Amino acid sequence: MHRTEQEQAVLIREISGVDTKKCMKCGKCSASCPAYEEMDIRPHQFVSYVQNGNVQALLESASIWKCLSCFACVERCPRDVKPARLIEAVRLMVIRQRGENALTANEIPELLNEELPQQLLASAFRKYSK
Amino acid sequence: MQRIGVFVCHCGSNIAATVDVVRVVEAVAKEPGVVHAEDYQYMCSEAGQLKIRQAIEEKNLTGIVVCSCSPRMHENTFRQAAQRAGLNPYMVEIANIREHCSWIHKDMEEGTEKAVILARAAIAKVMLNAPLQAGTSRVVKRALVIGGGIAGIQTALDIADAGYEVDIVEKTPSIGGRMSQLDKTFPTLDCSACILTPKMVEAAAHEKITIYTYSEVEKVSGFVGDFTVDIRKKARSVDMSKCTGCGVCQEKCPSKKAPSEFNRGLNTRSAIYTPFAQAIPNVPVIDREHCTKFKTGKCGVCSKVCQAGAIDYEQKDEIVTQNYGAIVVATGFDTIKLDKFEEYSYASSPDVITSLELERIMNAAGPTKGHLERMSDHRAPKSMVFIQCVGSRCADKRGKSYCSKICCMYTAKHAMLIRDKYPDVEVTVFYIDVRTPGKNFDEFYRRAVEEYGVNYIKGQVGKVVEKGDKLLVQGVDLIDNRRILMETDMVVLATAIEPNPDVRKIATMLTASIDTNNFLTESHAKLRPVESPTAGIFLSGVCQGPKDIPETVAQAGAAAVKVVGLLAKDHLVTNPCVAKSDELLCNGCSSCEKVCPYGAISYIEKEVNDHGIRENRRVALVNSALCQGCGACTVACPSGAMDLQGFSNRQILAEVDAICR
Amino acid sequence: MVYSYYPGCTLKNKAQELDRYARMSAQALGFTLEEIEEWQCCGAVYPQASDEIATKLSAVRALNSAKEKGQELVTLCSACHHVIKRVNDDMEHVEDIRTRANNYLKLDTPYEGETKVLHFLEVLRDRLGFDVLREKVVKPLTGRKIGAYYGCMLLRPSSVMAFDDPENPRIMEDFIRALGGEAVVYPYRNECCGGYVSLKEKALAGSLVDQVMESAAEKGAEELITACPLCLYNLKNTGSREALPVRYLTELLAEALGLKEEQEGEEHA
Repeated sequence: MHRTEQEQAVLIREISGVDTKKCMKCGKCSASCPAYEEMDIRPHQFVSYVQNGNVQALLESASIWKCLSCFACVERCPRDVKPARLIEAVRLMVIRQRGENALTANEIPELLNEELPQQLLASAFRKYSK
Repeated sequence: MQRIGVFVCHCGSNIAATVDVVRVVEAVAKEPGVVHAEDYQYMCSEAGQLKIRQAIEEKNLTGIVVCSCSPRMHENTFRQAAQRAGLNPYMVEIANIREHCSWIHKDMEEGTEKAVILARAAIAKVMLNAPLQAGTSRVVKRALVIGGGIAGIQTALDIADAGYEVDIVEKTPSIGGRMSQLDKTFPTLDCSACILTPKMVEAAAHEKITIYTYSEVEKVSGFVGDFTVDIRKKARSVDMSKCTGCGVCQEKCPSKKAPSEFNRGLNTRSAIYTPFAQAIPNVPVIDREHCTKFKTGKCGVCSKVCQAGAIDYEQKDEIVTQNYGAIVVATGFDTIKLDKFEEYSYASSPDVITSLELERIMNAAGPTKGHLERMSDHRAPKSMVFIQCVGSRCADKRGKSYCSKICCMYTAKHAMLIRDKYPDVEVTVFYIDVRTPGKNFDEFYRRAVEEYGVNYIKGQVGKVVEKGDKLLVQGVDLIDNRRILMETDMVVLATAIEPNPDVRKIATMLTASIDTNNFLTESHAKLRPVESPTAGIFLSGVCQGPKDIPETVAQAGAAAVKVVGLLAKDHLVTNPCVAKSDELLCNGCSSCEKVCPYGAISYIEKEVNDHGIRENRRVALVNSALCQGCGACTVACPSGAMDLQGFSNRQILAEVDAICR
Repeated sequence: MVYSYYPGCTLKNKAQELDRYARMSAQALGFTLEEIEEWQCCGAVYPQASDEIATKLSAVRALNSAKEKGQELVTLCSACHHVIKRVNDDMEHVEDIRTRANNYLKLDTPYEGETKVLHFLEVLRDRLGFDVLREKVVKPLTGRKIGAYYGCMLLRPSSVMAFDDPENPRIMEDFIRALGGEAVVYPYRNECCGGYVSLKEKALAGSLVDQVMESAAEKGAEELITACPLCLYNLKNTGSREALPVRYLTELLAEALGLKEEQEGEEHA
């Protein structure tokens, strides 16, 4: 099903539960983000991009694979915006497309090592694929 | 037989856009008792009032209903119009078809229907109205000001200069308030103490002003024009009439470990102390919690060294009872606690401080004698970071929803003063928005940037951590879209302000309303900004909302004018809509007496004539001077003896019947 | 006191010490961790999207199982605790999720967030009491300089986790002190270890771990404790500098209670 960027933005707001209008553009989310340097589009920009319906750039962004879901942005946001939920919603839009998984079972054997906890595999699959 | 006139206002399009006023007129004209009905563009205008007066005179109206805005707006206007036409002003009823109807409806059909119903209810009520005569009550020509900061001092001075007695009640040992803690003031950079101290001295010397320091308001009763207030003068342990203010006791006091409130806990003071050198009165108090004599019974050094014999360990709290015509609340503010913002390391690092603490550090009488230094190691900083909006503009429970208003300006001031005095110190300000409305304010902030080289970065800081003997500030530059990791020596937090926590207790005593942020509510946000909705209670300074010194002083003067306007009257017209008890129905149960918030009801033994039977009964008696017409007693009365004049049970039920018809 | 206990996948495999020392210590401290039957993996990350229902069901099953026994549900692994506590909050407060999850599960009585979820540390602090714990210590960790590593999942979002002050937590420090050790407070103890990204992007996780280790070492910590197997793995394996030793907090507990030597003795015997 093809959706316009505006429709995708509405969907992102819906599944994330984030009201992007609450943002006062203070940047504290980005200032708190441990993965900031790795991101091409920064957490505060996610809020603004979704608000402005600029979704395609987000879908193609490397940032959605860099967010650690550490919730520092959620915790410290003075406006209770929850940027992490937006990033998660964009990531889901990508991996819910057929064939768009960012991790497949075939890759696993070579990533394994003696100490690697099951928790890491479980969480990585949850984050990278559907 | 009542002859009622109904007047329906368009209020421009405020009402007429959602309510078909012509249909309202047609509908009410058919109501029994209505002999006149008309609509007009603006009923409150001179021409509108004239229409009302003419109709009253020409048609011999015995009562009128005006369908218009809230009675809070114009009930008085229409009552006066009626009176001028010879109608008792309490024969006027307002049907609020604006706030209660047109403003909240979108659909014309619904709005019109509701307006008709509201008009019918008012007609049903006015049919049962009886003319009422207002009485008078006395005005005590003395005012009370609660709080001795710049707001309270200015209000007191202005009232006193108009010739009225004023008492200031201040909780701490000296007047002066927050302003006495400030070093310099924006945007002129004049020294705070230099401009405040003369005012303090003037207040102390004024023959019309009495200052109660180290005192608190304990109980308030009465009403506008005649409040009775109990003031607790806390035991100072020093006889004010004997003390010469020489200061030897403070010097010799061996227990010097108490945190100094005046210096925000950055250093300590002796157990017997005056908060600061220019304190008024210049009489110390003994802080009994920290005094060795009070803790262990052993010491008494201050008493031994006092040449005047002023030390009195046996002194007790004293209650002063006084009557006042008006009360001004000027309880001021404090900075919020920062325990919910530990991402900025305020608790863990002594080099992360609030702006108010920086004021003390910058001040020559402060803990560092005015030298800019770090509290951890007393080294002079090479760089400083200011973080704005800490706890302000928060949608979550951690902080305050409002802008604290003063922080942008005092931060620019701090940054500028530091760059001026210590040009080699790098100063960076992290901001979200720079808000500088005010005369010469934006120019001031621009000077900080352009002339003093203060580095302003747009972006709220995420975290401050201790790193070695430095602080690492983690933020972003939103304009450059890059991460900032900045090592610095000191971090200053522009901490949100909040009303003094005591204000809740005081507001409750005064029955003055406060908002969700504990700011006192003004009677009208635009038109009555210095009056509380509770008659006789006035507001001065930050207790009403965040404001800077010039605004506080302006508001303090405005509050004083309102007080003077009240005290200038010899008597006040009382509200005749007070409770009245039918002694034949009263069963003497005391329910009404228990619920009355004003102490207006007492019980008497009285001989009554109940249908020819004479007997002594215990019955309720309302003191109409004390009754404020709240109606609590009428609800509590089980026998229906208690009724509120102008709002009788019959009238209310008639309204309900009209609505349900 | 008997608690329902949800160990989670990793505690049955790579993080067996976390589990074993917890049970052992619980027994010594006078409470029982009763493993719930047929539990399933919690998924290790909380599904944040409002339309994710199936991914929340394993947590609901565990919660309902504790409810049926009338017990509080105890967790250990930070991820399990995070997922189960947040799903529980959804079941209590988010009507849409509650309705749809119950439609899936078809329980006899719908589950509506009734179970109280406790982290093992909360049992020690709020049910047992750190003062009582202190009295049970037989081998105090005197002189040991121990840094607590909280990571993200126990603390944030604090509005739901309600575990401790998210920026200045102290429960683990109080725990360390109760065991007789010296708690070293350092500013990065609540910053992320990198979490799941270490699988494919070791460098990103590594840079975060380096920051944590540097901060802890600078404040004088000589060893770290954590409740989370993934934190432990990342802290030990992804950093570029020489890492401080990292242990599970239950191992430290067992050691102070004198249980660890007993066990090692048995193993060697």
